[in-house]
Amino acid sequence: MYTQALDLPDGRSGALKAVAPPADADQAALQARFDARIDADGRIEPQDWMPDGYRKTLVRQISQHAHSEIVGMLPEGNWISRAPSLKRKAILIAKVQDEGGHGLYLYSAAETLGTSREQMQDALHSGRAKYSSIFNYPTLNWADVGVIGWLVDGAAIMNQIPLCRCSYGPYARAMIRVCKEESFHQRQGYEALLVMMQGTAEQRAMVQDAVNRWWWKCLAMFGPPDAASEHSTQGMRWGIKRISNDDLRQRFVDATVPQAKVLGVTLPDPDLKWNEERQHHDYGAIDWDEFWSTVNGNGPCNKERLATRVKAHNDGQWVRDAALAHAQKQKARALKEAA
Amino acid sequence: MTPTTALKEWPLWEVFVRSKQGLEHKHCGSLHAADAQQALQMARDVYTRRQEGVSIWVVPSATITASAPDDKAEFFEPAADKIYRHPTFYAIPDEVGHM
Repeated sequence: MYTQALDLPDGRSGALKAVAPPADADQAALQARFDARIDADGRIEPQDWMPDGYRKTLVRQISQHAHSEIVGMLPEGNWISRAPSLKRKAILIAKVQDEGGHGLYLYSAAETLGTSREQMQDALHSGRAKYSSIFNYPTLNWADVGVIGWLVDGAAIMNQIPLCRCSYGPYARAMIRVCKEESFHQRQGYEALLVMMQGTAEQRAMVQDAVNRWWWKCLAMFGPPDAASEHSTQGMRWGIKRISNDDLRQRFVDATVPQAKVLGVTLPDPDLKWNEERQHHDYGAIDWDEFWSTVNGNGPCNKERLATRVKAHNDGQWVRDAALAHAQKQKARALKEAA
Repeated sequence: MTPTTALKEWPLWEVFVRSKQGLEHKHCGSLHAADAQQALQMARDVYTRRQEGVSIWVVPSATITASAPDDKAEFFEPAADKIYRHPTFYAIPDEVGHM
């Protein structure tokens, strides 16, 4: 579903340091070959030599992205048993299942860089790894599920389309698969809201309330302003990031305004207006203190989300153990029969 | 919060999907599974949720032998100077038409 700020330092690792100069002539040649390929807009594959900083940045970004997909199942999962009709329930189950699949594509891509699933899960479960802070807010009514599809997935698509051209092959291929599926997520959310807007005054008020609560959080999903984004420049140089946070945010605002008009809701920003000169919408200031507070663990649902994930993982341990024991038993039996 | 208990990792499998009869199986990703049967079922759930395939192969990743990127020069370069292997190497008079 999402990335946000795309590449936030994990709890322990701190900010990315400048890339160290190559140690010797061999290293310099490898570095030169890598740089040439990046400059030619070529792709890097798992077996290719790559600078440590590139590898670390990708592991962090892809694993954070994977964690976001997995934790992102929770806010919507809350509504599966309370969906207003069988049709909406089936749609929501399919969407949540997609998010699980997206997590798997991304974990697999990260594993090609030499990290293990276990290490990544441990980083998430122990609270060291970050995931998109958007999931640390509650889904209070049914309209929230629609708004997550329309705005949160919409923002995610805006972020993810350029990642299909990422310089690291396995990440780019995973993102192509994710983006194909993501379009259904946004459309189902928007359509669910359209139906509510044709309902009672109370239902329309629910939609407006959900939009009011999610709008600013969606704008923050694109990450800190370019001027304050420590990783962006290096990410751009490496062809990992293609379009800056502020540019993506602007595209999202411009795309969403007409959609809100058709839907019949207002976006909760008094400063939002068309700027004829820029040919873009101007919008108000984002509350970055609130964003960082949530990223740093103090959002309304941080503790609950992590606890739910850890519990699900631990409760599933016996299933994983049993499957492995069964596989080993079958293998032993086959060997015995062959002997 | 309960710390995560140590996880014995399931082995890694590579997944190949035939999108329709008449086309080849194509690599589409990987996943962890305890055995081949489970890998097939998971591959179905993960990679064919929208009828993307009619047949799936799963192969233990550890059994794949790959060419080394460092040998790329010696391994693939010999083909680079054999341009006579391509049909466009040969000039044929226009009046012959398509050949």
